[in-house]
Amino acid sequence: MTNIANKQMICSVLMEAAKTDQDIVVLCSDSRGSASAAPFANAFPEQFVEVGIAEQDLVGISAGLARCGKRPFPMSPACFITARSYEQCKVDVAYSHTNVKLIGISGGVSYGALGMSHHSAQDIACMCSIPGMRVYLPSDCHQTKKLMEVLVKDTEPAYIRVGRNAVDEVYSEDNCPFVMDQATTLCEGSDAAIIACGEMVLPSYKAAQILKDKGISCTVLDMYCLKPLDTASIIKAASSAEVVVSVEEHSPFGGLGSMVAQVVGASCPRKCLTLSLPDAPVITGTSKEVFDYYGLTGEGIAAKVEEALK
Amino acid sequence: MNLSKLAYKLRRDVVDMIVSGKGGHIGGDMSVMEVLVALYFKEMDVTPENFGKGVHDHFVMSKGHSVEALYAVLAEKGFFPIKEVIEKFSKFGSPFIGHPNNKLPGIEMNSGALGHGLPVAVGMAIAEKMNKTDQRVYVVMGDGEQAEGSVWEGAMAGANYHLDNLCAVLDRNRLQISGTTEEVMALDNLKDKWSSFGWEVINVADGNSVDELIAAFEQAKTVKGRPSLVLANTVKGKGSPVMENKASWHHHVPSTEEYQQIMADLKQHEEEA
Repeated sequence: MTNIANKQMICSVLMEAAKTDQDIVVLCSDSRGSASAAPFANAFPEQFVEVGIAEQDLVGISAGLARCGKRPFPMSPACFITARSYEQCKVDVAYSHTNVKLIGISGGVSYGALGMSHHSAQDIACMCSIPGMRVYLPSDCHQTKKLMEVLVKDTEPAYIRVGRNAVDEVYSEDNCPFVMDQATTLCEGSDAAIIACGEMVLPSYKAAQILKDKGISCTVLDMYCLKPLDTASIIKAASSAEVVVSVEEHSPFGGLGSMVAQVVGASCPRKCLTLSLPDAPVITGTSKEVFDYYGLTGEGIAAKVEEALK
Repeated sequence: MNLSKLAYKLRRDVVDMIVSGKGGHIGGDMSVMEVLVALYFKEMDVTPENFGKGVHDHFVMSKGHSVEALYAVLAEKGFFPIKEVIEKFSKFGSPFIGHPNNKLPGIEMNSGALGHGLPVAVGMAIAEKMNKTDQRVYVVMGDGEQAEGSVWEGAMAGANYHLDNLCAVLDRNRLQISGTTEEVMALDNLKDKWSSFGWEVINVADGNSVDELIAAFEQAKTVKGRPSLVLANTVKGKGSPVMENKASWHHHVPSTEEYQQIMADLKQHEEEA
């Protein structure tokens, strides 16, 4: 098991790219430690910019760098880089069409015990609603690697959210099917379609295994690409299922669940169930404790799917 | 070319734009005109020929609401015809909208939300240092804009990275939409504030004097190891008593009578300049 945090994989891909691309620039807002970007800063000091605790500055400076030919990767806690810097993401990055890749670290409830100020349960909603902004939530380090290898080369703005801790693998180094902007189908079934993103992909897959033993067959989609959303895969999975269940580490509003329901409602109406964090400050605890409490586990998701099918 | 005359000629283009589009930020357009004329016709190496080729000086209009002045200057530089701007400004489907947009030639960054330009300019200046070029970066801010916290984030970073290729201009016209800057949110002493942030502050007593501005920009080029702020003391609505120093003219559209008086005043200034 590789078991390294997605943010470490991001740093690793950036270091590899920086060996041959002097335009790669990593920026931090006193966040190089939490972003696992210190190895990059040490190896490529000329391609690293520290801006201090100033996230609006972080994104604005990144946009200026990009306008002059650089490929900036600002890395800062997801709660700050999306919410504190929202207007810079909107105007300086997306609207001005600058090649900035915004990396939101410690996303969702990664900073479980630190409270709502440090949680990013709104980032999918706010970033997806900016025209021209792409949004990605990779599920494990292997998928993160494949995604980043595309993003270090392309020229469009994007937001990537990863969690703080190492997560169990969904894929393996040798077996990580990946097509840019297409959901990965983990398994196919005819009773329920479970569509998940980020750290919720693995428990969704586990739920499908639990349900399989009970004679319930599920499709599981790893919808790492929130925008552009892979609507074709959603319609295909939903069309052959009785219920559609979305699972995300996000508010119930404006995230994956809202988008899936929008697509399913318009193209192949089915019962839609949104599993997410509550519309409330979440309970104190580690990510695992929080997920357990809200039923965002293999067992919890399986129970909800089973109930929805009754 | 007599740049003082040019500034008054371009002011008339601005008034025509605003009357045609039935909107615009006329007061700040008038105060900042000489700053833009000095930059585009004397200081910066930016032309329709070299634009977008990675070789020119950079400009960010942080006080994006003064876009009408920028359009007039860019049109004079040959980026697009002034007739088209006046005809289409703010009209349905027009590319000439009420804030800078980089879909137009000559404009690098979209702006309009205040407090964004300086951090962007800092990023540009860091990039040109990394690129080891001698291209300079200019950013124009409003004085009311100084209340935005992100301005001071950018100020810190500019000094921290010793960006002597960066020159910010502060259009100090002392008025904003609700009244005087000192009534709305006291800003003085801006010279001390910027100096204490590690910037070289160059005070321009008459920020509507092209000669004084050019001298300040030339002085800024000689500063080493830190960025410069040109504190341009300007007159909001400069060019006609009808609109000078009146907060209500922040975005007032002239009536027919006001239009005739303003155009006559601007024509007279142009002849006397």
